[in-house]
Amino acid sequence: MQTVFSVGTDALAYGMVLFVISIGLSVTMGLMRVVNLAHGAFAMIGGYIASYAAQTLGFGYAAAILIAVVGTIIIAIPVERFLYRRIYGAPELTQVLMTIGITFCVIGIANYVFGPTLKTIPLPDTLRGPVDLGFRSIAAHKLFAIACGVVVAGGLWFLIEKTPFGVKLRASVDNAAMAASLGVRTKIVYAVSFAVAVGLAAFGGIVGAELLPIEPYYALRYMVTFLVVVSVGGAGSIPGALLACLVLGGIDTTGRYLLPEYGEFFFYLAVIAIVCTFPRGLLGRKK
Amino acid sequence: MKKLLLGAVAALALCGSAYADTIKIGVVGPFSGPFAIQGKNFKAGIDAYMALNGSKIGDDDIEIVYRDVPQADPAQSKALAQELVVKEGVQYLAGFYFTPDAMAVTPLLKQANVPLVVMNAATSAIVTKSPLIVRTSFTTWQTSAPMAKVAKERGVKKVITVVSDYGPGVDAENAFKTTFTAEGGEVVDSIRMPLSTNDFSPIMQRVKDSGADALFAFLPSGPTTLGFVKAYNDNGLKSAGVQFLAPGDLTQESDLPALGASAEGLLTTFHYAVSHDSAENKKFVEAAQKAIGTPAELSFPSVGAYDGMHVIYKMIEATGGKQDAQKAVDAVKGLAWESPRGPVSIDPESRHMTQNIYLREVAKADDGTYYNKEIVTFEKQGDPGLAAAK
Repeated sequence: MQTVFSVGTDALAYGMVLFVISIGLSVTMGLMRVVNLAHGAFAMIGGYIASYAAQTLGFGYAAAILIAVVGTIIIAIPVERFLYRRIYGAPELTQVLMTIGITFCVIGIANYVFGPTLKTIPLPDTLRGPVDLGFRSIAAHKLFAIACGVVVAGGLWFLIEKTPFGVKLRASVDNAAMAASLGVRTKIVYAVSFAVAVGLAAFGGIVGAELLPIEPYYALRYMVTFLVVVSVGGAGSIPGALLACLVLGGIDTTGRYLLPEYGEFFFYLAVIAIVCTFPRGLLGRKK
Repeated sequence: MKKLLLGAVAALALCGSAYADTIKIGVVGPFSGPFAIQGKNFKAGIDAYMALNGSKIGDDDIEIVYRDVPQADPAQSKALAQELVVKEGVQYLAGFYFTPDAMAVTPLLKQANVPLVVMNAATSAIVTKSPLIVRTSFTTWQTSAPMAKVAKERGVKKVITVVSDYGPGVDAENAFKTTFTAEGGEVVDSIRMPLSTNDFSPIMQRVKDSGADALFAFLPSGPTTLGFVKAYNDNGLKSAGVQFLAPGDLTQESDLPALGASAEGLLTTFHYAVSHDSAENKKFVEAAQKAIGTPAELSFPSVGAYDGMHVIYKMIEATGGKQDAQKAVDAVKGLAWESPRGPVSIDPESRHMTQNIYLREVAKADDGTYYNKEIVTFEKQGDPGLAAAK
């Protein structure tokens, strides 16, 4: 019984880390309809900036997160203006080619500037070390990741469903021409949503850095996992992404505990089953 | 007629002086991509050797031709080796970080009349594939087996092995299991995890549930190691007193700054630590750190490359710069010298390195950085993997 709880907490923590990193991709793919394969690259940029700010410049953890998120958004603004703006509404293949190209450039630059070694983001003492939950001990940073996941999910849901900005965003996505003629400045709406998505990627990169360490190939190494989460959850659906992360995290962790030699067999089996049953993802929006 | 004769003589004379040729050595390794740091170490080792010993043997200039295979890719490795032999006319092939890449090249050697000096690839069987192969690195068996003796000596009775599910991981598992069982210990469970594992918590839960006193692990050096060692700490195994044993790949020097305090006290067995205390090593580290640019990136493949160059230089001396692969290989059989890692020799039978294996503990230096501190030496270890395969 204790083991069941134990594996359950691990599954929850892993799922939440996946959620925080992938949700930004769900926003770009679902709401902005851009297949953004450079999502992992932005998460990695966030991680590198945080690591640099904390280790070399000596900022605290919270300050490093803030600097990294803002810094990544600042880097992303010209990228959005000059590269992404050309591919809104373009065929998927064009988007894939453009964003994978950006990814390779980012990998090359990261390798050149920071070198091929691993980078860590030093945790504050409060998040370091294990916390006793009664039936087991769990790493404090995992609890932090779970909390971050909950906050991000709630905040995004509120932003998109309950605020005037959310209304404008949904309107621009569904019918850009009509929204524009009604006075919605779609370009700004897109730019802001892109910035939010990139900021979330950076935030996820930092929070998840304990599980998925920052190194130049981060941008490609975990991209498949992020894409799987988005397609299983249904692009653009926040509850869907959350559900997908919890289900996939649970299956992956349990499979790895019981039958590690089968590797990711169960993970991908579940993905195939879910995508066959729900082609638009668990909670995907109908066209 | 006289003029013509003179011309001919002059031409001959010119040819003669031009006869001091350039001997080319083709080096294949991962110089870009996720394993670029290992390729960088190859290059640093080679550059260090040439900086200390010159780039000339007799009248012949030595030239290195690098070819890049970013990830294990036997087909590309073979194609590049062929290109090196045919187009570049290399007399020696060297390098090779991954076993499959080295294996793919072995069928070429005899016909090309080229010896192969393996500077890293660590599967025992490689040397049996052709009599023209010499290896200057280590094998996973060689570095893993002494750990079983350490475990026994330290009073560990029950061990669980956790390895990445690929060639070297399985090698490490077999090496440890065979030796530890022979020493009278018990391996309670063996877990093979997929290479793409990111979250090691469930694995650590298994380790905990198994009731073992110690955990023997093998993962490829790099990002996964960090997650694995952190999971070991975070899941309370360290505080529960479960010992962490592994071959030195897990605590290679270039990963230590990232591993930091979480790696302190880990026990590993390996053939080389950058901290090795000897005059030879000081000289080597100084030259290699200069060659690599960022001193913290220096790690074990550099010493394999450095010694590989030593072997190739001896081969060139023995053959007088003429291409004769068999004579070159015969010349270094039994060759013994003082390497930066300690005293080494080439076993005439297996053409693999006989060397000291060290037990090391990750320790904190005075300046706050972490390093592998050698605490016990197992002298003159051969490769038990070949015997086990028979």
